[in-house]
Amino acid sequence: MTEVLDTANAIGRPIKRKEDARLLHGQTNWTDNIQLPGTVHMAILRSPVAHANITKLDISGALKRPNVVAAFGAEELGDLNGSVPCVWPVTDDIVMPDFPALAKGKVHHMGDCVAVVLATDATSAVDALEAIDVEYDVLPAVIDMEKAIAPGSTIVHEDKGTNTCYVYNLGGGYDEVAAKADVIVKRRFINQRLIPAFMEPRSVVAAPMGMSDEITVWSSTQIPHILRVLLALVTGVPENNLRIIAPDVGGGFGGKLQIYREEILVTQLARKLGKPVKWTETRSEDMVASHHGRDQIQDIELAATKDGKMLGLKVTLLADMGAYLQIITPGTPLLGMFMYPGIYKMDAYDFTCTGVFTNKTPTDAYRGAGRPEATYAIERIVDELANELGMEPMELRRKNWITHEEFPYTTVAGLTYDTGNYEAATAKALEMFDYDGLRAEQKQRRESGDPVQLGIGISTFTEMCGLAPSRTLGALKYVAGGWEHCTVRLLPTGKVEVITGTSPHGQGHETAWSQIASSILGVPVEDIEVIHGDTGRAPYGMDTYGSRSLAVGGQAIKAASERLVDKARVIAAHQLECSPSDLEFVEGVFSVKGDAEKSQPLGAVAFEAFTAHNLPDGVEPTLSAEATIDPQDFSYPHGTHLAAMEVDTETGKVTLRKYVCVDDIGIQVNPMIVEGQVHGGLAQGIAQAMYEGASYDEDGLLQTASLADYLIPSSMDLPSFITGSTVTPSTTHPLGTKGVGEAGAIASTPAIINGIVDALRPLGVNEMAMPASPMTVWKTIQAAKGGAA
Amino acid sequence: MIPVAFDYTQPSTVDEALASLAAGGEDAKIMGGGQSLMPVLRLRMAAPSVVVDCSRIDEMIGICEDDTHVIIGAATTHHAVMNDPLVKKYVPLLAEVTSTVADPAIRHRGTLGGALAHADPAGDQPSAAQALNAQFLIAGPSGRRTVDAKDFFVDYFTTAVGPDEILVSVAFPKQSDGWGYHYEKFSRTAQAWAMVGVAAAVRMEGGKIAEARVALTNMAPTSVRATSTEAALVGASTMADIAAASVNAADGTSPTSDIHADAEYRAHLAQVLTKRAVGKAAALS
Repeated sequence: MTEVLDTANAIGRPIKRKEDARLLHGQTNWTDNIQLPGTVHMAILRSPVAHANITKLDISGALKRPNVVAAFGAEELGDLNGSVPCVWPVTDDIVMPDFPALAKGKVHHMGDCVAVVLATDATSAVDALEAIDVEYDVLPAVIDMEKAIAPGSTIVHEDKGTNTCYVYNLGGGYDEVAAKADVIVKRRFINQRLIPAFMEPRSVVAAPMGMSDEITVWSSTQIPHILRVLLALVTGVPENNLRIIAPDVGGGFGGKLQIYREEILVTQLARKLGKPVKWTETRSEDMVASHHGRDQIQDIELAATKDGKMLGLKVTLLADMGAYLQIITPGTPLLGMFMYPGIYKMDAYDFTCTGVFTNKTPTDAYRGAGRPEATYAIERIVDELANELGMEPMELRRKNWITHEEFPYTTVAGLTYDTGNYEAATAKALEMFDYDGLRAEQKQRRESGDPVQLGIGISTFTEMCGLAPSRTLGALKYVAGGWEHCTVRLLPTGKVEVITGTSPHGQGHETAWSQIASSILGVPVEDIEVIHGDTGRAPYGMDTYGSRSLAVGGQAIKAASERLVDKARVIAAHQLECSPSDLEFVEGVFSVKGDAEKSQPLGAVAFEAFTAHNLPDGVEPTLSAEATIDPQDFSYPHGTHLAAMEVDTETGKVTLRKYVCVDDIGIQVNPMIVEGQVHGGLAQGIAQAMYEGASYDEDGLLQTASLADYLIPSSMDLPSFITGSTVTPSTTHPLGTKGVGEAGAIASTPAIINGIVDALRPLGVNEMAMPASPMTVWKTIQAAKGGAA
Repeated sequence: MIPVAFDYTQPSTVDEALASLAAGGEDAKIMGGGQSLMPVLRLRMAAPSVVVDCSRIDEMIGICEDDTHVIIGAATTHHAVMNDPLVKKYVPLLAEVTSTVADPAIRHRGTLGGALAHADPAGDQPSAAQALNAQFLIAGPSGRRTVDAKDFFVDYFTTAVGPDEILVSVAFPKQSDGWGYHYEKFSRTAQAWAMVGVAAAVRMEGGKIAEARVALTNMAPTSVRATSTEAALVGASTMADIAAASVNAADGTSPTSDIHADAEYRAHLAQVLTKRAVGKAAALS
């Protein structure tokens, strides 16, 4: 099954994923599969309302139910009721409400945890929830962000006296350039609330390990290392006694970049009861209690000259925090703040973001985290400017984007993009798309009054990813670094362990990391094991999010592998009785330059390092090397995405007929994995444009609380994507790579909406709310017709 | 999610099933393929005393014909219905409608009788039964009776099947010459319920519609016939005629509003989809 590789060229091969056999054959261990003797199961009583005082909570009935071991409300839990931490206080005067794992006297959103029951089986625990006597005094719910910050609003956290979490400003000078502008386009965009909806629901098992003070926590998480630090701080369990294991994890999309109240509860209750405790959420719980994403009101102004030169951009955001601040809730919109100018040159940029509390599920990172919102705003408003000026939208982009000879280029937002070639990616995309042919068809349909109109949507995006240079994070008040670690061990039998601090949940790290190590060590991919997601086996790491794993973690693998070769070279030189500089290292074999007969394979060096019978003086036994790398800069992938949208004007139904994207993510370690990442990202970004949206009623009840109402498209709803790439290697990342995990999700949303609006321009439609459901599209058309009449 | 505990029985004859139903009292619940019942149980929206699983009763499984009808056992799966040669030959509208139900996994477990007796207003098969004038064979403690489609669907999730009765089979009249059929389903995603659906059956004579039956999915508490449009369609010979007749498609309906479609939009869809369904059934579009 395994393809035989020329290891020197292991990078760049679309080899099949090593991890898939166990995943596809059901031979893996998801957290919920972990069964420890004596486990008690936790079930959670959640608030059915958005905002209420708990006037009565009596758990005694639950204790009388069969098989129940214990039950707790906040009062019974006492000091063990830890608070969920936020590690990104974005301003000095940020308002940070307490977020206890179990609500203390008041619930702040539908799904807030009120009480827990523990029983010897999951069914008994769920049954016993019904015996808890709870009464709520329901309060008005704060739902609308503008109303929330208006005087007289109900306050989500009364002790704070305000629903404003923070106000963050960046830039300046917009008013001066706007005064000189011929055209100012103003739009309000709603970047709606989304639910990550990873396939594997959250699950946690915590167990005191008996033989020591260690507590092991298995969790379906993206961040075992960060979770260890935070769980230690929250629970008081010494960090050295906490081991976190993220087994195979079934998707995250940022939704598992979190320390959740349930992780705190399970850990604390395992300590208190001295038994393993397990909790696995239902999909219904996930929809209300796993963090949500996006949810911004974006007021955007773009000032330009009449011939289409962009002068300045003004961005004013309201960002919905939800009811509480979780790990990086306040910082998530700010991850987009540098990206609003996109790929364009301009003279001024004003940014203001106001974080707002509401009685909704907390928001936090979701695939792209801030950058999709920014990309949506800039790519939408550029199309609106083109319409205003009567310019071809791609021509307007060309006129303003950074040309390839201008890199490195420092943008008006202060980032320095290392490389890029927007011209090349765009030229390729236009050709693959048959842009001119589709424009001709569009013209024909318009002229014939076809009930099905055709629109072409453009998105020429870039983004910042590969989080992140630690000093930059520090300057933004984020309380952790952005480095990554790798240890490479060559075992006596010639096998290799690559121990990484990244923590995959579907990305294919085991395959791609093996390819990187293989290309340097000359060891076949199948002889390399990648160890991850366990703070016991892989103690150092900053985990997986923000398209950072390859961009940052890949550098550490490269550096550690090269250091290992350096050490092996010294040993091999000793064995071969030459100077290290006399050796060349090709395909895993050291040989003396000019005397190929004298050679030693790396595996033999490993065995010498193991026996230590004949090592040079001063060289320690064993063969391993490590590297901890702080990235020099973010990475800046870019691309041109084009969507052909058919809009049935009779029903409002939108059909994505053709989607072409050409992404430049620099060097590709495994193009097949890259394509998979692009496909998945596109599906999620398209879903935001056409299908998904978390909807609350005026009482703060989530109306899209199941997958029957919260619509996630399947493959049947999407066309076969046509993907391509250009390769402009990053100059700030030693492997020449850029991140790809979020690119598709970031780029595709505005392409779809731009395409729908483009189809309907002749009807007077200049804006389309997301998701562009058939009813929304039809009503928008009707409103435009009414306006015209 | 975990349902409340319930008793379970799997009878092998209709009489055994009726006995189980009687023994279980008013909280007993019949299950076909479980595709609607199981989600309700898992969400704890129902807590039956006993679930009477009718999926293994021989008499209720399979498809046969007599001179005038194709008779389908209530526990026959959607997959079996849509692929059956008799159904495809004599009741093509039912095959077409059934092929639009959910996804292959659900169609392999869900049953025709289950879907009809569940009577979800968004379900597809009730409209096929309405448009085709299907007949329902119902067994009860006092014997068996036959009910016409127009009398079978009573209200939201309510049919003529009494609490102590079981739907045994459904007979569909064989399609005769001159009839054309089409089901126009409008859903938000490929596997979702119909936002609105229109089942049309028309008989053509000399290039004109001589008789039309139009049944609407999800436009009222039950699948309903668009009677004023049916009358207006007689004599139609062009798409313009059909469009004119379809304007009244939503007359007398009472569609619901939800986040994906409000009543106004559903009424509009009913008109557009009726035009399209009839146009295709009449081979005029």
